[in-house]
Amino acid sequence: MKVLRRRVDPLDYAGRIWMRAFFGLVFILLYAPVVLMMAFSFNDSRRNIVWRGFTTKYYEKAWNNDGLIEAFVNSLTIAAINTVVATILGAMVALLLWRFRFPFKSAYEGFMALPIVIPEICMGVAMLAFFSRIGWPTGMPWPLNLSAITIAHIAFSFPFVAIVVRARMAGFNRELEEASRDLGASEWQTFWHVIFPYMRPGLVAGALLAFTLSLDDFVITFFTSGPETVTFPVKVYSMVRFSVTPEVNAASTVLVVITLIVAALMLRVQRQGQEGSP
Amino acid sequence: MESFRKNQGVFWILAGPGSLWLLFFFLVPLGIVWILSFGEKAVIDGKVSITETEITWTLANYVRALADPVYLVIMWKSAWISALATTLCLIIAYPVAFVIAFASPRWRPWLLLAVILPFWINLLIRTYALIAVFRIRGYVNFTLEWTYDSLWLDRLFGPFEPLELLYNDFAVVAGLVYVFMPFMVLPLFASIERLDRSMLEASLDLGASQMATFLRVTVPLTMPGIISGVILVFIPCLGSFLTADLLGGTNATMIGNVIERQFKAANDWPFGAALSFLLMYVTFGALALRALLSRDAGMRT
Repeated sequence: MKVLRRRVDPLDYAGRIWMRAFFGLVFILLYAPVVLMMAFSFNDSRRNIVWRGFTTKYYEKAWNNDGLIEAFVNSLTIAAINTVVATILGAMVALLLWRFRFPFKSAYEGFMALPIVIPEICMGVAMLAFFSRIGWPTGMPWPLNLSAITIAHIAFSFPFVAIVVRARMAGFNRELEEASRDLGASEWQTFWHVIFPYMRPGLVAGALLAFTLSLDDFVITFFTSGPETVTFPVKVYSMVRFSVTPEVNAASTVLVVITLIVAALMLRVQRQGQEGSP
Repeated sequence: MESFRKNQGVFWILAGPGSLWLLFFFLVPLGIVWILSFGEKAVIDGKVSITETEITWTLANYVRALADPVYLVIMWKSAWISALATTLCLIIAYPVAFVIAFASPRWRPWLLLAVILPFWINLLIRTYALIAVFRIRGYVNFTLEWTYDSLWLDRLFGPFEPLELLYNDFAVVAGLVYVFMPFMVLPLFASIERLDRSMLEASLDLGASQMATFLRVTVPLTMPGIISGVILVFIPCLGSFLTADLLGGTNATMIGNVIERQFKAANDWPFGAALSFLLMYVTFGALALRALLSRDAGMRT
């Protein structure tokens, strides 16, 4: 009988049935809540968790909810400005750390990583205290009223961009840069024609990351936003506080889909970047 | 890499904007909170003001945070809830990381992606999705009731009593595990993938059982990953605010919720500032510990 048993390589842990079953179970538990939420946003029933037929009426309801749409437009506006500024700042810091040797460099790197490591709530209250202490003007016309939130978003997202771009630059052959200089190219020409084309996939990936970080942020925005400046997650939060409604499910589904599209784009860009480099 | 002296113009152009942004919109705000933490509510015309604070360089806020039993209990609770969630994450993530690291190279990136993808989904939405799972008429209770009725237990013991899964410590721990589990998988995967497989083979060939090999070879060799993962999950758990806010009940509060209350409803900014700085000191302590331990682990191997 022993001979007939399928021989399992003692190191083939991934091939064991119970290991695979465990992985599958974790995978299902990880996705089930979100998938169920998305599926039931199409359910034709207000309270019940039993399927009562397909409907898109909660999407229409969400679409006709002016507060929700306003919050959504605010979120997209902040995310767009954040993406541009954070990508530029992050790329500059990445180039700085990639190219130069300078005193206290590791301390500077620690400083740059600070917004990533400190608890979100600490950064949130710091932003709240800062903008109220210095008397940042409130009640400005749109989109200037979003400036405080945008500034906070840039502060926590550009260090992430710097990490992504720097990781990309680690694979750059410095001899190309030297060759370009030796052949008489100026600093700017070298950057634009030699470094920038190589950096581009890292920039796109960093920009997409900055976009989703901004779009998804709740905690820091929650402290920075005022009654006039509500972003999508903050609006969803205030709706969730009351009850779980299919309308919130519909709105959340839209946000999840946007995030997944951006994530897919980022993966594609990174994959192309890997293929494009030797 | 060239010295910054050789090309100072380019150096300062690259260094300027990011450094200034972080200085003005990150370090200065933190500095304000730090100074606030030594303040107290101003007394104007003999009355304690609601909005004005005065910086008196008092340590009263820290003393209150560290000596008042009410806050000690909350801090202690935050610590053990975070520790429990971290432990559960480790137990769940280790086999998951193992499967990914030992999967065929063709499958590996996809399995890794499957675990990381939830990261991209909004934290608020993931937490909110759990409410529908755990509430009285949620998916868990629905499934349990269906099983209960199918087994005809309702005829034996009476109708199904739904479980109270939401608004208690259980929900907070489950929420933290659900939200932060991917944080644990990544460092574990990185260290398991780097594991020298011949060590495992040698151990098995020399007659050690799978269990002994795991405990005496695999775990010690992947210790840097375990330490990284534990700290990477423990820190955000300790600082979390949303999970306890949405899933926890009135008595399932964590430090983050107390801080939020001081800055919003209770309007006691100096005390909230002191609490946030205590939380930050703990975070830095944990990060320093991680750096120290990983250096030690690196030296031994």
